[in-house]
Amino acid sequence: MTKELFEEHVATIPATQEPPASPSAPRRMTLNMGPQHPSTHGVLRIVLELEGEIIIKADPDIGFLHTGIEKECEQKFWQQVVTLTDRVDYLANLSNNLVYALAVEKLLQLEIPPRAQWMRVMLTELSRLNSHLVWLGTHALDIGAMTVFFYCFREREDILRIFEMFSGQRMMTSYIRIGGLALEPPRGWQQAVGKFIRAFPSKVDEYEELLNANPIWLRRTKGVGFISLEDMLDLGITGPMIRAAGVPMDLRKTQPYSSYDKFDFKVATHTDNDVWGRYRVRLTEMRESANIIRQALEGMPDGPWRADSPHVLLPDREKMKTQMEALIYHFKIVTEGFRVPKGEVYQCIESPRGEIGYYIVSDGTSKPYRVHMRTPSFGNLQGLPKMLEGILIADSIAALGSMDFVLGDTDR
Amino acid sequence: MNYLLLSLIKTAVVVGVLMHTLAYLQWIERKVIAHVQLRVGPRRVGPHGLLQPLADVIKLITKEGMMPSHVNKVFYLLAPFIAVTFALISISVIPFGPIINVGGVKTGMELTDLNIGILFILGISGMGVYGVALAGWASNNKYALLGGLRSSAQMISYELPMALAIASPLLILNTLSFRQIVEKQSFYYFGFIPNWSIFHSPFPQIFAFLIFVIAAFAETNRVPFDLPEAENELVAGFHTEYSSMKFASFFMAEYANMVTVSCVATLLFLGGWQPPFPVQYGSGYIPVIIHLIAALVCFYHAANPARPFDRITLPVFGVLFLVIAGVFLIPVLQPVLLPLFWFGAKVGAILFVFIWIRATLPRFRYDQLMKFAWLFLFPVAMINLFATSLAVALTAK
Repeated sequence: MTKELFEEHVATIPATQEPPASPSAPRRMTLNMGPQHPSTHGVLRIVLELEGEIIIKADPDIGFLHTGIEKECEQKFWQQVVTLTDRVDYLANLSNNLVYALAVEKLLQLEIPPRAQWMRVMLTELSRLNSHLVWLGTHALDIGAMTVFFYCFREREDILRIFEMFSGQRMMTSYIRIGGLALEPPRGWQQAVGKFIRAFPSKVDEYEELLNANPIWLRRTKGVGFISLEDMLDLGITGPMIRAAGVPMDLRKTQPYSSYDKFDFKVATHTDNDVWGRYRVRLTEMRESANIIRQALEGMPDGPWRADSPHVLLPDREKMKTQMEALIYHFKIVTEGFRVPKGEVYQCIESPRGEIGYYIVSDGTSKPYRVHMRTPSFGNLQGLPKMLEGILIADSIAALGSMDFVLGDTDR
Repeated sequence: MNYLLLSLIKTAVVVGVLMHTLAYLQWIERKVIAHVQLRVGPRRVGPHGLLQPLADVIKLITKEGMMPSHVNKVFYLLAPFIAVTFALISISVIPFGPIINVGGVKTGMELTDLNIGILFILGISGMGVYGVALAGWASNNKYALLGGLRSSAQMISYELPMALAIASPLLILNTLSFRQIVEKQSFYYFGFIPNWSIFHSPFPQIFAFLIFVIAAFAETNRVPFDLPEAENELVAGFHTEYSSMKFASFFMAEYANMVTVSCVATLLFLGGWQPPFPVQYGSGYIPVIIHLIAALVCFYHAANPARPFDRITLPVFGVLFLVIAGVFLIPVLQPVLLPLFWFGAKVGAILFVFIWIRATLPRFRYDQLMKFAWLFLFPVAMINLFATSLAVALTAK
């Protein structure tokens, strides 16, 4: 940016303290919250206009974590994009893997074997637990209850160990790939998941014991952060936030994918539409997710863990050493990728934060023409000004926490 | 003995003990909260992190004292000074034990026995708010300003129920001097129920005690009333712009205030250094038993060490506890040590509650805090005061 341009830009920034409209009007203070604020969960900047401690106007400013992932997708082979989707929503990376894989599989018209589908369900539900645990810990920390954070991270650690067991990675797992899974499920995964899932419901009881009947927690959450259902529908807010308003909108039920229709679970809803309602919805979801994982563990079908399609999936190492075709496929896929038929597709799934949708256009080559991500954090964040206006700064922290956004997911 | 010399010795002892208490209170807080939160707390500096306070002090002293260019320099520098001075001054009127006889010199275990000691403490703690308010204002920072404003409003509001809660035991005890307050709580009902203010006839002051403790949490800006420094809302509140020793001063002031209010609560409501049951039933052996149990716990964990170092460190602590237990059995030292032990135990118990609450509860909202003070705590304190005065008037001879 040249110096003139910079000065022009500076001139457009309004003065921090505007003079009051009339002498009797109370003087407003402009408070710049973020991007380095302990409670904005990343690099969200909100410009608040305050009268005393009451927020008159809230203006979110996003884009500090813009990484250009959508554009970068166009430079990668189809199978390489999976590692980028991990970085979009780093707390629910498997949901992002899954939605991308499902979208590309739709274009390829691949048939995924049931074992891989069930495994995908189990792992995305584990990543939902992971995400909700981080949310609960940080949300309680924002409201001042320190200890819940450490309890939640104790369980999160167990989940990350399971992820590490499956994929060798704790956060950026990239475990769900086009056509199935990245690796064969490791030996002893049933014991690891089973041990975790047997202990988990009592841990949720523990969190609820700390918070549910705590009068300070109730006062800080009930009736705080209200936003009307009409506004929510207009702004495209999804996930636990809209379920807390009483709408049983859950893509796992309404548009089942990856054999979610074979699982028995309830959609958690609440009618309060405030921070308390969102807290209740997420805690119930944690119990339901644990329920789904148990069903997946008990009823896991046998069979192959990836589709039978040699032109898309890398062959086994053993076959490569004995079969010429396998070696050729391996060489072709690694050096020039595989081609995806021309077309466009929109695939959405229910991530821990709401509807995550990938709109993918293919021009028939080995790289995507366009990958657009409809991310739930971006949609949910649109409700921020409506939610914050007229409430206290302290409440704004509770309301922000209840939205459960991930800035990587917002800015892509 | 020369009065001046005696005072100097006592000052040196009190300052030394107080400073170490403040430093190690922070260590204890970190350890207790760590164990509540499934962590182990400081362990690196010294055995079990026991030298951590020293390391912290060295760090804070040697750090660069940044002064932002946009502050009001005079008040910015004055504020931490005010906060820490008034926090430390109040300890001077607090007695830690009875009048003792050391080598023929009779002296009280305090710096000065002011006949209006309790009023002095109330006055001084009222001054402490200036440090916080000035820091918030002089920093010329919006977060600091909000923190300072909240703090002034909060401390002024909670001073009222606190003063009312203090007034009602004073009505019964009929004195303002701490030494006499404790002496009046020295006998036992039926020979075993202590005559502490919280059990005192004609009207037990248990409600006054609870109100006092709640108000004390607010006065010292502790969770759940730590709004002035609510780090998730106001970054660091009034001390956002402070660093190095200037920040440490605020920190020290907070802990000194905690110690002071715990001492006042002990003296006013829990009978000061009086044991919870008479000496003829063996209350003199309680410290010995407690230290023996501590030693046994140390030895047990040394036999089953959780970490390799415990095999060496824990037996040393165990032997130390055994020695302390033995010291409590020496008859010459008992009149000095036993009152000190009971005083320390009661203050320690209250401080532990401070820490425990911090690890457990969320934070109030600003308006809820004010409502709590004016619509609940203040009326209850008033009712308690009226009931006490009525009871005192009816039973007066």
